[in-house]
Amino acid sequence: MTSPKQVLAHSASSTGAASGSSPGAAPGAHGRGWPAGADSWRSRLYRWDMKASPYAFVSPFFVLFAAFTLVPLLYTAWYSLHHVQLSALDHQTWAGLDNYKNLLSSDFFWNALRNTLAIGVISTVPQLLAALGLAHLLNYRLRGSTVWRVVMLTPYATSVAAATLVFTLLYSWDGGMVNWILHFFGVDPVNWRESDWGSRFAVSSIVIWRWTGYNALIYLAAMQAIPADLYESAAIDGANRWQQFRHVTVPQLRPTILFTVVVSTIGATQLFGEPLLFGGVSGSKGGSEHQYQTLGLYMYDQGWIIGNLGKASAIAWSMFLVLLLVAAVNLLLTRRLRKAQ
Amino acid sequence: MRTSIRRSQRLMALAAVAALTTGLLAGCAKDSNDGSSDNSGGGDGSGKGKITLTIGTFGVFGYQQAGLYDEYMKLHPDISIKENVTTRTDVYWPKVLTRLQAGSGTDDIEAIEIGNITEAVQTQADKFVDLGKDVDRSQWLDWKNAQATTKDGKLIGLGTDVGPMAVCYRKDLFQKAGLPTDRTRLAQLWKGDWSKYVDLGKQYMQKAPQGTKFVDSASSVYNAAVGGASERYYDKGGNVVWDRSEGVKKAWDAAMTVATSNMSAKLKQFDPTWDQGFANGSFASVACPAWMIGYIEQKSGDSGKGKWDVAAAPAASNWGGSFLGVPTATRHQKEAVALAKWLTAPEQQAKVFAKQASFPSTPSAYPGLRPQADTTAYFSNAPLTQIFSDAAKTIPAQPLGPKDKPIDNAISDIGILQVEQKGKSPSQGWDAASKEIKDVLGQ
Repeated sequence: MTSPKQVLAHSASSTGAASGSSPGAAPGAHGRGWPAGADSWRSRLYRWDMKASPYAFVSPFFVLFAAFTLVPLLYTAWYSLHHVQLSALDHQTWAGLDNYKNLLSSDFFWNALRNTLAIGVISTVPQLLAALGLAHLLNYRLRGSTVWRVVMLTPYATSVAAATLVFTLLYSWDGGMVNWILHFFGVDPVNWRESDWGSRFAVSSIVIWRWTGYNALIYLAAMQAIPADLYESAAIDGANRWQQFRHVTVPQLRPTILFTVVVSTIGATQLFGEPLLFGGVSGSKGGSEHQYQTLGLYMYDQGWIIGNLGKASAIAWSMFLVLLLVAAVNLLLTRRLRKAQ
Repeated sequence: MRTSIRRSQRLMALAAVAALTTGLLAGCAKDSNDGSSDNSGGGDGSGKGKITLTIGTFGVFGYQQAGLYDEYMKLHPDISIKENVTTRTDVYWPKVLTRLQAGSGTDDIEAIEIGNITEAVQTQADKFVDLGKDVDRSQWLDWKNAQATTKDGKLIGLGTDVGPMAVCYRKDLFQKAGLPTDRTRLAQLWKGDWSKYVDLGKQYMQKAPQGTKFVDSASSVYNAAVGGASERYYDKGGNVVWDRSEGVKKAWDAAMTVATSNMSAKLKQFDPTWDQGFANGSFASVACPAWMIGYIEQKSGDSGKGKWDVAAAPAASNWGGSFLGVPTATRHQKEAVALAKWLTAPEQQAKVFAKQASFPSTPSAYPGLRPQADTTAYFSNAPLTQIFSDAAKTIPAQPLGPKDKPIDNAISDIGILQVEQKGKSPSQGWDAASKEIKDVLGQ
């Protein structure tokens, strides 16, 4: 197997070899009436063109990346090593690792990290399982399958704000629909916004509602690519639908499942909009006991509400490290699974 | 020949890439997704030497609604005005702060909320034009001016409205619970102390109509009480005194009585469910600053018409209000100052009151205030103007500090809410609020 790097190196060296002579102009042939100087100038220009054009074509991404990602990233790192207030950006005093030490000893930070993990798990796991099930159902011949597929994607198309507003009303503890339904089953009303697990569940449910259809469509696309003869031979072997799903569909979908797991975990780590809006006024606190304050909310609260920019930057970098960790764990798992195959 | 064609195609492609890049960059630079119509910087308008002034506001200021911009543009044909509204202050203010310090991107006039005015005075004074020499300061209430004045006497903001406090109550519910319904009688009953108002709540709850509570939330009582203290989170010297301030302690105790005696509907203000509470009549009274009059009328709707009434609050206090400042970065300083001055003049403040019930910060406007006839009828013909102007004149000058707002949030949305909605004890609530405040102050 050749790695992409080798391929690149190979192609680069071949262009390097080829760029010595310009095609269509044999060296030393002056029979065409072109002055020699112009010829070499033209070939030089041509060579330069060959070398530089590819870079020019990919540059927009890198220029934008540098301007809007890399510079802010490094600037945030710089801020995180200083005491900076939002109201006095020029007044930076060196803090060294104070902000980070402060975080490690802060209950609020650990609480936010725990909440991010907890909400991440209870939103991602059911979401992906449900998506898999839905995709499996949609994979059969259905009447109006296109309609169903479009319907699946509508939650994803609605804005976070609109979805959260509706859910907030459904979950309101006084006259909300959810408690009204529970009441029929003789369950006491739950204070969805202030109870610990109730609020985390409520926030997760918004995430689940918005993203399940999106993931289901990705799974469906992958399922359509599984060769039909696999199912036929499984059927001949006497496998029922459930067994076909378990032993044919899921193994074939493994790479796709890994992809959705990675994307969903990154999304869960950065969860921000849903809990912020779910909290209403002062939503950045994530509840009166910070019971659903995620890392993103904690950062926003410290930086923009309290105005403690140095500390907020330290939180941002900590989140970055958490994401790297998550990515590393995913990578390890992927390798493990590959080996197992 | 072929090479030259190829080269020109290449160059075209390069040009296209370059154009696309700059286009993308420009597209990103102007991107804002906080629901605000944002194009600050005060463009020079179109042709013929017309000046476009931009004014940055949050929530609903009512200038547009009261037709003031149109009126001003009629008076000054060479000026056109554009308002950039951001719904939430917590989104608006950080944006203004960063732009002020960058020295660009600010509007020609920036509104400043009372919760941020001290931060502006103490940290951004050099970024705002001193308006003190352009206006007659005696037009405004003294305590209002004091909030926008720096140590060396610079005035960085002109007062727009204030939030003098009253109590709005449902006559029909009070009657069913066997309480007096006459507004002067009630004002007499609770005169002098919010704890008396809370005591009346206990009486209400003994015979409360089915499904109603006395008050919307414990936080609203806290807010009303603390807004009238001579001192709350900072003293005159700028020291943090939240943990030993008499005003905070009294307000906290009143709120704790509310939270632990089942008289609160346990709603969070400005939630959709709070709005529904007005419509369903799930609480019989609410501490209401002047700007809440219009809010109640809108949210309570036809079902509450003629049932609401307004009585003087136990003690004068202020909740809310704003200022207009002119950043030094503006390219039209003279025109911006003139507009800010005109918008905050007593006559214009009276027009905004007529439309929005935002209460003027200029006492000379009080005798001529006319609320809309509908509003007066809605609140059982209560003498709104008199109640609020009496309150406004007696509000104590309260020293504020740079972290006033986050401290206030910590007490209301952490401490009080835990006791009210999670059944914690008052001392647990206070500890949680203290921990939060120490975090805010970086202690």
